[in-house]
Amino acid sequence: MRKSVMAKPLASIVSAGVTKFGAREGVYARELFVEAAQEAFDACPNLSPQRDIDGLFVGMMSESYEHQAHVAPMIADWLGILPVPAFRTEAACASSGVAMRCALYAIQSGMHEVVLVGGVEKMTNLRTAAVTEVLGMASDYPFEQWHGISFPGIFALMATAHMAKYGTTEEQLAKVAVKNHQNGTLNPKAHFQKRITVDDVLSSRVVAWPLKLYDCSPISDGASCIVMTAPKLARKFTNSPVHIVASVQAQDTIGLYERDDVTSMNVTRIAARKAYEMAGVRAEQIDVAEVHDCFTIAEIMAYEDLGFCSQGQGGTLVDDGITSLGGKKPVNTSGGLKAKGHPVGATGTAQACEIYLQLTSQAGKRQVDGAEIGLTQNVGGSASTGVVQLYRRGD
Amino acid sequence: MVLTPAPTIESFYKFCAERKLMGVKCNRCKKITVPPRSVCPHCGAYELMWTELPGRGKLVAYTVIHFAPAQFQALAPYPIGIVELAEGARLPGMIRNVKFEDLKIGMELQADFETSTSSEWPQWPRYFFRQP
Repeated sequence: MRKSVMAKPLASIVSAGVTKFGAREGVYARELFVEAAQEAFDACPNLSPQRDIDGLFVGMMSESYEHQAHVAPMIADWLGILPVPAFRTEAACASSGVAMRCALYAIQSGMHEVVLVGGVEKMTNLRTAAVTEVLGMASDYPFEQWHGISFPGIFALMATAHMAKYGTTEEQLAKVAVKNHQNGTLNPKAHFQKRITVDDVLSSRVVAWPLKLYDCSPISDGASCIVMTAPKLARKFTNSPVHIVASVQAQDTIGLYERDDVTSMNVTRIAARKAYEMAGVRAEQIDVAEVHDCFTIAEIMAYEDLGFCSQGQGGTLVDDGITSLGGKKPVNTSGGLKAKGHPVGATGTAQACEIYLQLTSQAGKRQVDGAEIGLTQNVGGSASTGVVQLYRRGD
Repeated sequence: MVLTPAPTIESFYKFCAERKLMGVKCNRCKKITVPPRSVCPHCGAYELMWTELPGRGKLVAYTVIHFAPAQFQALAPYPIGIVELAEGARLPGMIRNVKFEDLKIGMELQADFETSTSSEWPQWPRYFFRQP
């Protein structure tokens, strides 16, 4: 082994499924979730969902899209796994990252052994302006929403502060979008399958300066899920499990304005530091990472907060192609939220699905050769929630 | 300690209707918090007192919103900023009567108050920022 990771697995992933992301007309969220689960079940013939699955964890942000609350039992019902206990978590864009952590608690407690963890959002039922309102609910109502700050506006505030402090440029932001769209062309499940240029990004419509339309992740429908087991049971279901070796969550203020520094995400820094410690891994050892690029500036900040470079140097990583497929530190091989799409509740587990594919050599044209250690970083709202998890290929 | 009025978000906006920017000062750590609350976010103490703030500060981040939430669409494009008040607390808000090209991180701004909005709860009158 090139690398040794000493930490014992917290849980194992034995299968994964993701729907095609995009505008998915004519289906309900529950049907999308079943589509993702069916893919995970088909890939794992030793699993009998009705006999083996003893818990369901679902991340979903909003009831507004389908006028539907109480979605956990509904999805368990549609999956045909009643009466297993089913839980729904809400942490804005980190809803299913947090669902994964609840599932880990369940497995670590010994009360559950085989669980299905996923996320879903069916966003295109509403018009763009209404979706913008729903997403904006993840920011502080009386001081941010009340003063006309849109959700892209929150990340635009981070961007201008980062540009002023470190000299980060609009071109560097654009290059993140270009890279992720390029990766998206290699992922048949991605919302967007088309290359774009820096000029396309720079000339696209301004949403909240300096963020243009192509700096923003799209409004997508989709679902994703993983089958998670106690580590000792993993071999019963697959010869090539992926182990979760660290999982850390941190919280910050609901309002971005309350923080001393808006050029960095505290939750990512804290969670990454603890996760590296938990797994006995250094940032340099990460072979492939899926980070939360809801807006291009967020990916640049993620590089810095995850320790892939020093603070303020994030823009140079994308300038130098280090985070491109084929670079030293490939980031968002799936296309990221930017090109794969961002059905909010599905994003956290979709990141885990991509790492699962990479570490089991099933990522096709976007495979990172010999990937052994992976990382996911999932952020909710303006980074009021952050989840960082580390994975390693089963030996 | 019982404050009158209670250190709530509603009280903060009622003060805005009186053209007052009010925060709370912690008796233990002496730090000032805006918006007011009953627990000091810096030290966890419950010993907070109302304090009126002059509203002078510096811009630490800004953006110009082009694609606005529904109720703000008539105003778009409009600038938004986070202002660090001289007392250390930060507040976000709209920036009025400053040309986009003149927005600059570090510029001095002054809190002011809307007069046009109804002061009936929950139609809170907003504060905003302008050049001093």
